Amino acid sequence: MSQDAQLRIVSALVEHKPGVLFRLSNLFRRKSFNIESIAVGPAETEGLARVTLTMFSTYDQADQVMKNLEKLIDVRSVEPLDAKSAAVRELALVKLSPGAPPTRPEIMNYIETFRGNVVDVSPETLTVEVSGDPAKINAFINLARNLGLTEVARTGAVALSRSMAQKETQGKW
Amino acid sequence: MSGAKAAVEALLREDVEVVFGYPGGTNMPIYDALYELQHTPSNEKSIRHILARHEQSAAHMADGYARASGGVGVCLATSGPGATNLLTGLATAYMDSSPVVAVTGQVPSRMIGTDAFQEADVIGMATSVTKYTFQPLSVKEVPHAIKAAFYLATTRRPQPVLVDIPKDVQQKEDEVEFPESVDFPNYRPLPDPDPTIVKTIARMILEAQRPMILAGGGVKIAGAYRELQALAELLVAPVVTSFMGKGAFPENHPLSLGCMGMHGSERTNRLLPECDVLLVVGARFSDRTTGKIEEFCPDTKVIHVDADRAEIAKNYRLPVVSLVADARKALTAITREVGAGIVGGQREAWMEKGQEVLAIAVTEYDGNGSSLSGVETIKMLRQILPPKAIVTTEVGQHQMWCQQHFRVIEPRTFISSGGLGTMGFGFPAALGAKVARPDVPVVDVAGDGSFLMTENSLATSIEEHVPVTVVILNNRMLGMVAQWQRHFYNRRYSAVQLGKSPDFVKLAEAYGAEGVRVHSMREFEIAMSKAMRNTVTTVIDVPISPEEDALPMVPPGAGLKEMIVG
Repeated sequence: MSQDAQLRIVSALVEHKPGVLFRLSNLFRRKSFNIESIAVGPAETEGLARVTLTMFSTYDQADQVMKNLEKLIDVRSVEPLDAKSAAVRELALVKLSPGAPPTRPEIMNYIETFRGNVVDVSPETLTVEVSGDPAKINAFINLARNLGLTEVARTGAVALSRSMAQKETQGKW
Repeated sequence: MSGAKAAVEALLREDVEVVFGYPGGTNMPIYDALYELQHTPSNEKSIRHILARHEQSAAHMADGYARASGGVGVCLATSGPGATNLLTGLATAYMDSSPVVAVTGQVPSRMIGTDAFQEADVIGMATSVTKYTFQPLSVKEVPHAIKAAFYLATTRRPQPVLVDIPKDVQQKEDEVEFPESVDFPNYRPLPDPDPTIVKTIARMILEAQRPMILAGGGVKIAGAYRELQALAELLVAPVVTSFMGKGAFPENHPLSLGCMGMHGSERTNRLLPECDVLLVVGARFSDRTTGKIEEFCPDTKVIHVDADRAEIAKNYRLPVVSLVADARKALTAITREVGAGIVGGQREAWMEKGQEVLAIAVTEYDGNGSSLSGVETIKMLRQILPPKAIVTTEVGQHQMWCQQHFRVIEPRTFISSGGLGTMGFGFPAALGAKVARPDVPVVDVAGDGSFLMTENSLATSIEEHVPVTVVILNNRMLGMVAQWQRHFYNRRYSAVQLGKSPDFVKLAEAYGAEGVRVHSMREFEIAMSKAMRNTVTTVIDVPISPEEDALPMVPPGAGLKEMIVG
């Protein structure tokens, strides 16, 4: 366990019903913890949703978050994850408005490098979809700042623990 | 059956005998169902309704009822201002882990979110001060919500639960079923204490040279009075308590070291860091208990037993061993394990060690004062009251004088707002306690400031025939704030002088209660003895000096050893 503040991932399986997200985010607000990102969607079982939370925190803070999340009546299970113990992915849509050079072929090159897809084109703009681990998204967005970036929408990270064989670091943060 | 009738029937099925509340526009169907219940002679069971004069007091009454009885306290309020008035009471119960169930009316479901008349987002507001909230949107959901509210409020760590029922749901008719039990997949009663951890704990305290037990409110909540005493006596280990733990261990017991903390006993605060192993049961290391946490028992091995896993390492980061368990089961298991380890000569060594500790531990109060003061009044009160009498307090200096000088002997006889520190709690809580225990005298020890926050409960006390005694330690000051201003703000008294108003004797009389002002300890003794036998509530006004401090005192943010002792 590390006491340094670092990005930590929490995966929680929760009841998929009104008010649950409120209770969850209210807990963070009440304990004065910052949510870096939060992604929610229906889980494998009907009636349940999986929440992936990332937060920049010390181990002690994260430990409190885990324990308090587990206390919520609507939370089925909570799992601490990190980049080693889990597959972590995020998707971003990035809108570019390239004026002067770099030219479109150059931009297409960059997009290719990041395995991005162009999802919308107009005479003035270009919208790119990029997915991968959050660091890769950050790298693309930094690059895009020189390519006429105008808007960014990110999903926040989603994560699932890796298979048992690779799991020895699980839960240790 | 209508939703309102289903709610009342569900309360009956939880063996609710009394509710404290206040009617209004959106809970009238519930009040009508109560009326019908009370006026149908063929009913075997009924529910008594106690009309508060403010919803905050209704919640405090329910809380006092719960703490005195060991059961659940129920309060009712209407939507909007009724519900928001409840919140202070719910927050109080939440901080002190008291099982209160609140049932509020809500505007009709189709109007929720429209800023309708008397609409407030009570679910949003109450979420931070309750364990859970329910808002049944159909008649069929009502019985489940009430059943679940009681289940959640009373299991694991007890805390308040709110059920918010829209008016149309109360009015609609439908067929309903009353579940025998409810289930939440991620919420189960606490498992039995882990035997391996219990063994480790037993070994640690057996090997200790100077073991000590710190008991918190969790011991009282679990009803683990006898179990705590058994372990302490087996180990001959002295017992200190937090403020919330006050009364978890009989304070006239030779092993009792009384309370520790900001206003704990001086000797206890000094002795505590000398123990080598501290068994903490059902306490959450509040800042008022530990002082500066970094300086709390630096050389002691701390064992933390609590029903709430989130309390482990929350405030005190370094327990050597922790056990998440019910205090009663944990103490029983530890006692059994320790008992097995003590044999022959080893036990004799224990006893010798214990006697040494005892010599330091025994504290006696003289109680011989003659001039009227806060401290002497409290000491006298203990002499007058039988051990079974219940004392509640408000918040401030008088509360700390009680902590220091009112020795609690029997279980469930000391009720105070420790966590939230809610002024105005004591009097309505006393009424709730008296409703739960009509057989014992109930006394609210108050300050003049606190009492004015909920004095209108005098009307409830008279009209509902719930006689208690209010002892007002009247220094015409917000005494604790004034004390801080005296010590930490260079005697710059800002907004703490309350002046002569009101005349508490006349105030009591205006409500139909008895008011008496005393001028000596002898007069107090007479007034108090009379008040205990009175059939109406008595308010005893005890004028004391505005300069009297509640000492010792650990300055906020300081370590326990840095006490101001006067």
